[in-house]
Amino acid sequence: MKKIINDPNQVVQDMVAGMVSGFTKTIKQIPETTVIVRTDAPIKRKVGLVSGGGSGHEPAHAGYIGKGMLDAAVVGEVFTSPTPDQILKAIKAVDGGAGVFLVIKNYTGDVLNFEMAAELAEAEGIQVEKVIVNDDVAVEDSSFTTGRRGIAGTVLVHKIAGAMAESGASLAEVKRVAEKTVQNVRSIGMALSPCTLPAAGEPSFELEEREMEIGIGIHGEPGIERKQLVSADDIAVELTNRLLADFDFSGDVAVMINGMGATPEMELYIVNQKVQTILAEKDINVYQTFVGEYMTALEMAGCSVTLLGLDDELKMLLETASDAPAFRV
Amino acid sequence: MKLTVNNSIQWFLKANEKMQENKEYLTLLDKKIGDSDHGINMARGFQEVANKLPTQDYASVSDVLKDVAMTLMSKVGGAAGPLYGTIFLKMSTAVKGTDPVDYQTFTNGLEEGLVGVKQRGKADVGEKTLVDVWAPVVDFFKQGVDFQADQLVETAENAMDNTKDIQASKGRAAYFKEKSIGHIDPGSTSSFYIFEALAEVIREGE
Ligand SMILES: Nc1ncnc2c1ncn2[C@@H]1O[C@H](COP(=O)(O)OP(=O)(O)O)[C@@H](O)[C@H]1O
Ligand SMILES: [Mg+2]
Repeated sequence: MKKIINDPNQVVQDMVAGMVSGFTKTIKQIPETTVIVRTDAPIKRKVGLVSGGGSGHEPAHAGYIGKGMLDAAVVGEVFTSPTPDQILKAIKAVDGGAGVFLVIKNYTGDVLNFEMAAELAEAEGIQVEKVIVNDDVAVEDSSFTTGRRGIAGTVLVHKIAGAMAESGASLAEVKRVAEKTVQNVRSIGMALSPCTLPAAGEPSFELEEREMEIGIGIHGEPGIERKQLVSADDIAVELTNRLLADFDFSGDVAVMINGMGATPEMELYIVNQKVQTILAEKDINVYQTFVGEYMTALEMAGCSVTLLGLDDELKMLLETASDAPAFRV
Repeated sequence: MKLTVNNSIQWFLKANEKMQENKEYLTLLDKKIGDSDHGINMARGFQEVANKLPTQDYASVSDVLKDVAMTLMSKVGGAAGPLYGTIFLKMSTAVKGTDPVDYQTFTNGLEEGLVGVKQRGKADVGEKTLVDVWAPVVDFFKQGVDFQADQLVETAENAMDNTKDIQASKGRAAYFKEKSIGHIDPGSTSSFYIFEALAEVIREGE
């Protein structure tokens, strides 16, 4: 393992300290926690927006804190959900009297910890609502199992719910647009090489030199299949077709080409070029495109493609201003 | 035998030793059908429990269990944190008011823990989770009349081994679908250590 760290057991604390130092005008760390909040929180009568999850997905989620997006992010251990007490502190810190909205990625750990925190907050008289993002089409959509994972599409939920909250909308309104976004967003990822958790010291899975995995999760969970590496165009075709087969995107869409941590932007743009061509051929109108690192998996090499079907309301919310360093509009 | 405050503290100190000894093994199990963190999570959480218990004055077993629950909930993280937290919190409530805790009350506490964790995780028997160890252990306690160390270990161990043949439908392991068959469930293994530790306390108390 070769990493720029001080101590494998301190990476999260060290990272959080580094995230706030130098940025103290806009964000602060709640002492003795790994919760990061806007300095102006709680904002009176604005719905507070909280997200979070395991770390290792940077800039998710702390990079999305800012006016027009999140009010707080709860940072867990690497790839491990944060705990209810920490989430509760975040909820309390951003509650301005209009309630708090939680954006949760669909992993058992995240769902359980956020739900427990929500119950604790409600017991203290804070109104809490939530949405669970499950955009990963690589997993079977089933109510009998854990169901689909939440991946890069989560960032678009942050943006849209955040814009709605910033406009002064009620908790119910924020929930409505967040749910609409979840219903209209689909993603799928792929990887070329694995990542190594600092505390584990070795890669969490293996991929051969000329091998890739389609449908991989952002913690290296298995995808749909492993096969020979093919060209960027062929990868783009496979990923895009899987999204189009899962949901009717006719009309306007937003496209996100997301790097998993170790993929040069050059390669992301090569993928984007083909994705745009495919969509044009299908008469799907690309309203907005995002290319870059939004939801990573440490130093995993690979990318994901996200499509979000847009109506006028979602377009407007996507376009309103955001101060978040990792998603400036 | 009846379970005293001291017995219950010993239970978790012993459980911690097992989590530390098997940290790598639990993580390895989680690498096969999860995300390679179960041993790290459990070792972190139980170490915190072991650090805390000897420094406090507990009036009842219920208080010990409550502190264990809150510590695990705030230190383990992942799925296991809220799941184990729920189990011990429900047990704490169920045994409240009886000290030391007799066999029937303890059995009732275990059952309440099981009911709680099934609700929290929306999991039932046969989904390749720690429920598959807790359910048979609760049945075993309900059939018995007094604490039985050897049979407890045997029951928990068999239950743990049996998770190998199950296809996971809950937790991260569900993503592995049929490939999850052939591997023991990490959470069932950490649960086995908890019952193995309990058996040691029972042996000492006899
Ligand atoms: N829905 C559930 N209900 C009950 N137990 C579960 C559930 N999901 C996962 N588990 C248990 O949790 C264990 C995994 O714990 P851990 O690795 O610490 O959390 P995570 O899966 O978040 O990484 C599994 O081996 C399983 O026994
Ligand atoms: Mg795990």
